[in-house]
Order: sequence, then structure tokens, then C-alpha cells
Amino acid sequence: MTDGITIEATDRRIIEATQGGLPFVPAPYAEIAAGLGLAEAEVMARLEAMLARGVIRRIGAAPNHYALGLGANGMTVWDLPDETAERLGAAVGALAFVTHCYLRPRALPDWPYNLFAMVHGHDRPEVEAKAAEIAALLGPACRARDILYSTRILKKTGLRLKRQGET
Amino acid sequence: MKDSDAAPLDATDRAILNALQGGFPVSPRPYAEAAAGLGLSEAVLIERLARLRAERVITRFGPFYDAAALGGAFCLCAMAVPAERFEAVLTEVNAHPEVAHNYARTHRLNMWFVLATETPEGIAAAAESIEAATGLRVLRFPKLVEFFIGFRVQA
Repeated sequence: MTDGITIEATDRRIIEATQGGLPFVPAPYAEIAAGLGLAEAEVMARLEAMLARGVIRRIGAAPNHYALGLGANGMTVWDLPDETAERLGAAVGALAFVTHCYLRPRALPDWPYNLFAMVHGHDRPEVEAKAAEIAALLGPACRARDILYSTRILKKTGLRLKRQGET
Repeated sequence: MKDSDAAPLDATDRAILNALQGGFPVSPRPYAEAAAGLGLSEAVLIERLARLRAERVITRFGPFYDAAALGGAFCLCAMAVPAERFEAVLTEVNAHPEVAHNYARTHRLNMWFVLATETPEGIAAAAESIEAATGLRVLRFPKLVEFFIGFRVQA
């Protein structure tokens, strides 16, 4: 976990300059460095250090699921006993088709589920088949389950670090 | 719910998408390095990535920062919105700048959104503000444990 890490000022400037993406030029880090008045080597060293600390999770492409034909987006939710939830959640998260996996608090009586696993598919039957694989893995530990499909994106803005001085 | 006007992907596009969801090099010529692994030239990889980005097949290309590490607080929230009030409530909810993502989903809890605030206290304040504006409860589902997931959407 990276909670509580403080981001120092130069790293913050690099984050601000790169959180929208890298430029598509042969030497992208040099271009970012030039924009910040830093040396390319310093920008690269700081990016490497942030990767090592987990502040950067990965560097690469975020695919648009819909453009890849993965039009069915299922939030599968599961009610697992608290004492086994962490072990079983790790097993679900290790399945190749699960793209996000979290334990969250229940909201009884409205919401009995504590494990959330995102599953994408070309259509709902494909998501249901994958959910059945999760159910098989969980076995009798699973007390209740559901799949919530997204039917409409109502808002999607990137999570942005505010520029310093912004409120 | 198509979100892209892209031309169909060819085998090279798919190879790029499958190979470059992570692990992009930190080096003076990273596109050249990544291209070599795909049997492409640097210029072709840059041209393809720029096109995939322009066509929104990829939504972003670069470092993905851990949201919590950036110092903010995040919370998944859900509301049960009566169908006849859905659009009006949506307008109220989306007017809050703390609402980062918002999806309609198939459940009695039919509106699911992520609150992103500078501080943990900001989450409660934003949720209460939405409750006051809509008269509806905002259920909060902060993450307790995140299981590590690789990035491996098959293109």
C-alpha cells in the first residue's frame, strides 16, 4: 500500500506533466523534462523511483473496453464470510478475466455483498459464464451473489492531481 | 454504449494493445525499445499509438498513478434513484465536481459513482451534500482490501 506517502515537489510536477499521457515523440521523457526545466536523466530516475515505490502502478496503454468489443461490463458481487473473504478474494483477483477486485463493507440491509469483482465480456452470457467460474471457485462459502451491468456511462473524468495552489 | 468510432483493429494493433498495457520502458528511446519487441519500427509504433489514442481505442498512454498515493481520498458510492427522478438526480449528482465516474447499473441501487476528494473528510462532506441536494441516501463502499490485478485485457 502507498497510503501516506508524501509526494515531493519535483515528483508532483512530473506527475502533473504526465498524468494526461506521454507525448508520441521518439524521446518523450526528454520532451517532458524540457517542459519542466529538468534533465531527462532526472525525470527518468524519478519515474523509476515512483515505479519502485508503487506511486506509479504501470506505464502503458489503457484500452477502451468498448472499442475492443467488450460491451458487457459486469460488476459481480458476492457475500462471503468475513473470516474467509480475504483468502477467497485473493483467489478471485488471480483469475485472468477479473480486472478489478476489492473487499468493501456491506450496507445492510440494502446490500449484503462484500466482494466486488469486475468482469468484462463481449456480451452478457460471456460475463455470466465467467461469473459461474467465480462461483465454482468460491463454492459453498458464497452465501449470495449478483451481477450489476452498466447500462450507461453517466460521467467519466480522469482522476486528476490538482495543480498546486488550486483549491 | 459504443464509445469509439475506431476502424476495426488489425493484428498489429492487437499485438500493440496486448503488449503495451504495462512495462513501457523508462529510457531515452522507449518507443524504439518497445517497437523492437514487437518487430516494428519506432516510427510505425508511434504512428499506431497516436492513431489508437485519437480514435479512443486507448483512453490514455503513459504512467498510471496510484490514486491514494497522490494524496486524495476515494470512495465508491451507490444510490437507489426512482426511475422518474433519474435525470434530475443525475444532474444534481454530476454537478458535484467530486464525482469522478458515474455509471447506471442494473439493480435497485441503480446509480454508482466514485467520489474523489483531497481529504478523507471530503468524502463525507460530498456524500452529505449529495444527500441534501437529492433527498436520497448515498451508500458508501470504501475499499477495505484491493487485490492486485495485472493488466491483461485481451485485444
